[in-house]
Amino acid sequence: MDTLVARYSRPGAFQNERHIEDGQDDLNDDTTPSLSLKFAMPPVAQPSAWLRSATDDRSNPHCPIKIAHGTTTLAFRFQGGIIVATDSRATAGNWIASQTVKKVIEINNCLLGTMAGGAADCQYWLAWLGMQCRLHELRHKRRISVAAASKVLANLVYQYKGMGLSMGTMCAGVTKEEGPALYYIDSDGTRLAGNLFCVGSGQTFAYGVLDAEYDYDLSEEDALELGRRSILAATHRDAYSGGYINLYHVKEEGWVKHGFSDTNPIFWKTKLEKGEFTNVTSSFAEDEQAGNRV
Amino acid sequence: MAMFSQNPVLDGPNYSFAEAPTVRADGFREHRFNPYTDNGGTTVAVAGDGFAMMAGDTRSTSGYSINTRFAPKVFKIGGSTSSQEDANILLSVVGFAADGEALKERLDAICKMYRYRHGKPMTVNACAKRLSTILYQKRFFPYYVYAILGGLDEENKGAVYSYDPCRAGGAAASLIMPFLDNQVNFKNQYIPGSGVGHALQERERKPLPRSEVESLVKDAFDSAVERHIEVGDALQLMIITKDGIEEKILPLKQD
Repeated sequence: MDTLVARYSRPGAFQNERHIEDGQDDLNDDTTPSLSLKFAMPPVAQPSAWLRSATDDRSNPHCPIKIAHGTTTLAFRFQGGIIVATDSRATAGNWIASQTVKKVIEINNCLLGTMAGGAADCQYWLAWLGMQCRLHELRHKRRISVAAASKVLANLVYQYKGMGLSMGTMCAGVTKEEGPALYYIDSDGTRLAGNLFCVGSGQTFAYGVLDAEYDYDLSEEDALELGRRSILAATHRDAYSGGYINLYHVKEEGWVKHGFSDTNPIFWKTKLEKGEFTNVTSSFAEDEQAGNRV
Repeated sequence: MAMFSQNPVLDGPNYSFAEAPTVRADGFREHRFNPYTDNGGTTVAVAGDGFAMMAGDTRSTSGYSINTRFAPKVFKIGGSTSSQEDANILLSVVGFAADGEALKERLDAICKMYRYRHGKPMTVNACAKRLSTILYQKRFFPYYVYAILGGLDEENKGAVYSYDPCRAGGAAASLIMPFLDNQVNFKNQYIPGSGVGHALQERERKPLPRSEVESLVKDAFDSAVERHIEVGDALQLMIITKDGIEEKILPLKQD
């Protein structure tokens, strides 16, 4: 019996799939879009179960492929548009894979997306979304609404539900019809409109600061500072967040970048000049003597 | 014969199922699909002003056994012939060697087709974007490789791109990366006597000359060999400048 199984379960049985897999079509066919929906599948009965065993470090800590995770991202609506802010750390297990990740993805010059979950998933599908938005513009001779763009993405990820995609993203844009519009989309297929969202392992810390200080009528300067301060709080308490603070302001004319700045000097500035973060001692020696270390 | 995991169902070398179907106590048979092996090794890439350097050790292992002492991990990509004399891009792959080979062949074929169609070589940043889509086409059955792409951009500045599944360089990345952060990116280096605590001033960051990067990379590998079993034998160095690609093979410890 084993010999029979061995004979018929050899890769030979998957010759047809092999043919698709070797992907020669992207050499011969000019029309194949480079961001296509055709994916190679492992030759097993349940590809998603196999993929999980190979990549999910939570169900299998010894999985061979560790996907980059861990993030804090936030976005909120206010009278002057939308503020989008993120940290920049990517971790694979306990290893910091990068401290300079660009987690704000510029879909086009007036739409922004944020990256949480799998870095590759977010980069690929938000680039794909950018392509769809441009096609919409060409077909209909006007810019796509944020509601429509976010739904294009939500419908797409819903098709792949249960296959192992991992993304929690926010779409932010300002249009004449909608005003400032903000949507949260995740790989379960959830799509929500709202005033403020924080996504990622540091979301609770960011919400803590953001909810306390948030007001729709905030001035532009205060809104930018609130975004920065919320991410700073998250990088301070969440080990999976850190690196640099990436800050954007979305207006109707398009988005404006407000820097990619190192957290460390911002932290010390916040502590020493504003007197916050009193839990941290600025000089170890004297406070240790006083027994003040927290 | 330690190279092959013997499957009692078949005689001799077999395909890459590590385990034969096993019969459990309750009579159910358990099947597994293990298409990946980790062949070890480490690669490093450094972008400089006017050059990009890619390096990799040449040892290939599976488990504790050494398959070969010379299996290069850095490849020239996108030349007009198989000799790759006029190649302008470097690719390094580490992880599962078979997937690495497949990925290299695929990217090379695509770069060659681009050259024939457009009558010019692919730029590094175009190639980098293309590589990311190639890798993503296998999102649900990934190439088990950590790839780095390097070359010169349009202004002849060095450019390197590293790819997810991402640990920037394989087995000994955790030994080498902190060293490179400090020596190449000047992380945590301060001007002596500039202050105490957060008053310290950072040392000025400037791009390193080629000779210095070369000796840093050699030192990094020498240190990794001392502490990691999967790294050793020889160091393959490829340096890409506006004059072309230069290849060097330097000895590492053989044990």
